[in-house]
Amino acid sequence: MDWSSSLSGLAGGILIGLSATWLMATLGRIAGISGIIGNLITVRPRGDSAWRLTFLLGLISGPLLLMLLGGGLGNVAGTGIDVTGQVIGAPAGGVALMLVAGLLVGVGTGLGSGCTSGHGVCGLARLSPRSMVATLTFLVAAIITVYVMRHVVGGGA
Amino acid sequence: MKTETLKPVMGYIAGLLFGLGLAISGMTDPARVLGFLDLFGAWDPTLMFVLGGAVVTNFIGYRLVFKRTAPIYGEAFQLPTRQDLDGRLIGGAALFGIGWGLSGYCPGPAIASIAGLSLPLVAMLVAMVAGWYVARKVA
Repeated sequence: MDWSSSLSGLAGGILIGLSATWLMATLGRIAGISGIIGNLITVRPRGDSAWRLTFLLGLISGPLLLMLLGGGLGNVAGTGIDVTGQVIGAPAGGVALMLVAGLLVGVGTGLGSGCTSGHGVCGLARLSPRSMVATLTFLVAAIITVYVMRHVVGGGA
Repeated sequence: MKTETLKPVMGYIAGLLFGLGLAISGMTDPARVLGFLDLFGAWDPTLMFVLGGAVVTNFIGYRLVFKRTAPIYGEAFQLPTRQDLDGRLIGGAALFGIGWGLSGYCPGPAIASIAGLSLPLVAMLVAMVAGWYVARKVA
């Protein structure tokens, strides 16, 4: 097993956990990306959008900061596209596949009230039964999807 | 400084920590995420450590935070109160899982990867936002 990538994963995970704790401590909010950004774009709640927008900017500037620091920290992407070096990996498919995937991710996280961060990082930490069921469901669905794409269909993702 | 001025600053710090965490852990590389989801191939356990580290840290953090009666810069903690399981939750999570498995992107890494601008990623993001609008119509 590759312990250095596991340790980088753990370090990054701790930062994500700290982010979620920070947002709850300061603003009293769940750090769910689909909720924060989804509501920012589709609802634009009056008086409740500024922190969502700055959260979005922070989220984008995280990987940028790592690039500025040289990009060699933590786990690097094996298939990085040239301009951004190794921090951000290349998409795993073309435009058509990503349109389908994006629609499913958007509709699914919208209907299911959360994604890997809201249900996973925050919901599991709150021991929420809904989040436990949601997390198990999307993990199993994703594992089956990858199995079908890689080992049944053969090509694809 | 006034609370209303500080709220966006707190939001930025949270976003930055989150984005740094995703980048350091390698979650901004869909290949690594798909490697985790590929249980029956060359399995990459990294995501397990990311999620585990995040949940345990936040579990401890939340316990400390909830000793307070209210957040530092807000009126009240805004927590989901529903306990019931319904078709929308499970069906939505399943649809999301299929999209995640097809692309290796969940919303956080997809958005955090904007700086690596590529046409497929733009397609992913546009479709994801469209999906959020569709979910609002359906709901």
